[in-house]
Amino acid sequence: MSDVIVIGAGVVGAACAYYAAAAGMDVTVLDRGPVAGGTTGAGEGNVLVSDKEPGPELDLALLSNRLWRELAGDGGFEFEPKGGLVVAETEEIQRQLVALAGKQGVEHAVVPGGALRDYEPHLAADLAGGVFYPQDAQVQPMLAAAQLIRHGAESFGRGTLRLRTGVSVTGFLREGDRVTGVRTDHGDIIGGAVVNAAGTWGGEIAAMAGVELPVLPRRGFILVTEPLAEPLIRHKVYTAAYVTNVASDSADLETSAVVEGTPAGSVLIGASRERVGFDRTTSIPVLRRLAAQATALFPVLRDKRVIRSYCGFRPYCPDHLPVIGEDPRVPGLLHACGHEGAGIGLAPATGHLLAQVLAGDRTDLDLAPFSPGRFA
Amino acid sequence: MSFEITVDGRRVTVTPGQSVGAALHAAGITSWRTTRHGGRPRGLFCGIGVCFDCLVTVNGRDSQRACLVEAMPGDEVTTS
Amino acid sequence: MTPETDYDVVVIGGGPAGVAGALSAAQTGARVALVDAGSRLGGQYFRHQAGGQPSGQGADRFVRQCRAMESRADVLLGHKVWAVEQDDDGSFTVHCVEGRDERPVAITGRALLIATGAHDRPLPFPGWDLPGVFTAGGAQALLKGNGVLAGRRVVVSGTGPFLLPVAAGLAGAGASVAGVYEANGLFGLARHPLLAAGKTGEAVGYGAALARRRVPYRTRHAVVAAHGTTAVTHVTVARLDPAWKILSTRTVECDAVAAGYGFVPQIELAVQLGCATGHSPDGSAVVAVDAAQRTTVARVYAAGEPTGVGGAALSELEGRVAGLTIAHDLAFPGGSTDHAPGVLLRRAERLRAFADALQQAYPVKPGWQDWLADDTLICRCEEVPMARVREALALGATDARSVKLLARPGMGWCQGRICGYAVSCLSGEPTTPAPRRPIAQPITLGCLERIEDEQPR
Repeated sequence: MSDVIVIGAGVVGAACAYYAAAAGMDVTVLDRGPVAGGTTGAGEGNVLVSDKEPGPELDLALLSNRLWRELAGDGGFEFEPKGGLVVAETEEIQRQLVALAGKQGVEHAVVPGGALRDYEPHLAADLAGGVFYPQDAQVQPMLAAAQLIRHGAESFGRGTLRLRTGVSVTGFLREGDRVTGVRTDHGDIIGGAVVNAAGTWGGEIAAMAGVELPVLPRRGFILVTEPLAEPLIRHKVYTAAYVTNVASDSADLETSAVVEGTPAGSVLIGASRERVGFDRTTSIPVLRRLAAQATALFPVLRDKRVIRSYCGFRPYCPDHLPVIGEDPRVPGLLHACGHEGAGIGLAPATGHLLAQVLAGDRTDLDLAPFSPGRFA
Repeated sequence: MSFEITVDGRRVTVTPGQSVGAALHAAGITSWRTTRHGGRPRGLFCGIGVCFDCLVTVNGRDSQRACLVEAMPGDEVTTS
Repeated sequence: MTPETDYDVVVIGGGPAGVAGALSAAQTGARVALVDAGSRLGGQYFRHQAGGQPSGQGADRFVRQCRAMESRADVLLGHKVWAVEQDDDGSFTVHCVEGRDERPVAITGRALLIATGAHDRPLPFPGWDLPGVFTAGGAQALLKGNGVLAGRRVVVSGTGPFLLPVAAGLAGAGASVAGVYEANGLFGLARHPLLAAGKTGEAVGYGAALARRRVPYRTRHAVVAAHGTTAVTHVTVARLDPAWKILSTRTVECDAVAAGYGFVPQIELAVQLGCATGHSPDGSAVVAVDAAQRTTVARVYAAGEPTGVGGAALSELEGRVAGLTIAHDLAFPGGSTDHAPGVLLRRAERLRAFADALQQAYPVKPGWQDWLADDTLICRCEEVPMARVREALALGATDARSVKLLARPGMGWCQGRICGYAVSCLSGEPTTPAPRRPIAQPITLGCLERIEDEQPR
């Protein structure tokens, strides 16, 4: 018997488990695969405040940014507080970027075109300008998820946090309306509350409990270059189109340049978004577009080789907000999923707030905008 | 029949058809790269283009598999 | 409706399977292109020096087939295939990088034959990344393709009958072979009725050649560590128990090691196209094919080692069967109506049974994992030591993929081709998963962004 059962050992599930354990609860984390094997394992590790419109998601991102810095203090995973640079191709786009930065109220610096190369020496010459966000950061998401679970297990008393991999949830245990645990392919597990942190597959878990949760896969490809001898790219650099694409509702293919170096020496190149179900077939036209956009931003990359590409499925909700909180339709079932492409960045705040809900405390942020009830 | 290439300025004799890697190995140069983290020496290993241990710069073009690139007269090979 | 393509059939791979497949399809009137990354036909088995000829069993026949094929098909050498794509009309685009300047080239076809061969399957051991340590096939390729010896005093180690021709080749070319160490016992070989009746003759021939040169051949022995600072100077050779645990050790001086523990079929292009895969008796992922060499994806065929390692003779047979099947499926008049003559199929079946028995007679036993120290590199590219693999498993990785995500083995230049088998074993996987490599060869971003202008052939 656990106080809390968390379904999903991705970064969001790991954060929920960590903060629930920190609050004194007994937690069991279940995953049908290994730790961090789903969308977390396909993530770039973005911890961004720059790409959020003012509103509840930005508030969540700012809280999460602070928490990531605390968690990184425990060590065990890469956390790079390197800052993000959003660049504008035209003067008009630069005006829009500056206006957005003003509304966000986030720490930033407006960078005129002539000063861009002070930030990124290899940027193309013809850009109009940009905005630099020093709080943007990057984590190694798989290690971060795994280490959060380990820290949780080691820090808050023996047996407080258990990870069980290779366990598939097949249904829910109920007493009346109330969820009292899960059925799995390894037997029933009883718990005081169940957290659905199944990411892109969160809708399937909700359906097992008889409720609809509109979480859909939004596919993204990433190109990975050869390890470079000298780091060419210092920050996370992306074009203004990225902000628009993130917020778009279109099912069609959208791409924008997102380029960043990693401690391993490779450069990661994104980002594409398309709603094509769970199709993993590589789309060479998408890879070509990603390459063209990245080299337009950094011509120096033309001579560098791509050695790998992979795809992942972002958990997309139609209103682009994650689902965080208790499901009013199913007492005992809480959701923490649907973070689309921001799950890595938003994970600690999600876990922290959900632990407050589980403990019956007042939450640091108003969870109403994220309520599962909004789909009822 | 045979011809020469240079390896970091040093002349190495090549039998036509030999790969750059084979020519280096035959000349007694068994490693021409060090690893990024441990600084370990690397030369040929799989010999057929699979392991990427033998990467080398040929005529300014970097990250070439020495075991696959057929040496041509006058090639300038630089190691790192 | 017939799509507009450059060719009816594109064959990928210029070894025995690809050449036989290209020839038999071309003989029925199909327009055939054969692409290969190398600068000469031959693949691994018939690798030869420029201006020379392939040698070994079946070499004359291979040379005749090459000549006949070259007069009927386009041979595109120096083309590295980085991706294959099925278009909406069912035809295929084979994306290549060509030449020293790494130009993008696309070749289209109505059918595709994957004959991409196999590469060595090494096992890690302390010091295996020292210069002078080669895969067994690497030492052989250096000699056969370039006329260069891996070393003056060479130790050959691993398992399987392939060690014998490698050692015999080195000794014949003037190297001193300090020893051939076969980790398995020979009992498996002798006990198996198929093997006893079959190819042991060839093995005995190599054995006799080695004996003439007084090369020691020791079963239940293996190189378990290599030593040296800038290159290998000596190795630790261990006597092994049947599970390959170390019983005792001694030191052997050498300047080169050739080590091999079987082969890995190269199947990533078939995986890119969504072909179903299975496993051969040695645990390798292989492309699933029917008796006529069809994969589960229409118009995609596979022959040779990608369907399970079985040697050159079987590869050639499978290539011929595939070529005839393709001609039949594309309705060329010369194509066999029964896909392929029964006599070919029966011979292929016999050779396949023999190959499977051979794989079972030379298994990799788990004791090799005890040879590893905490600081032994498992992944040579990303320099991941054994300790980090263990830590990933302790953190909740349960398979090779999650170990890779947490500790990075397989993330580097070779994309897990070299360490994939070892990581899979260390993760407790009973078989190696099919490799997902959407980009099968490195391609510059400048090349990738220009693929729409790929030169049509």
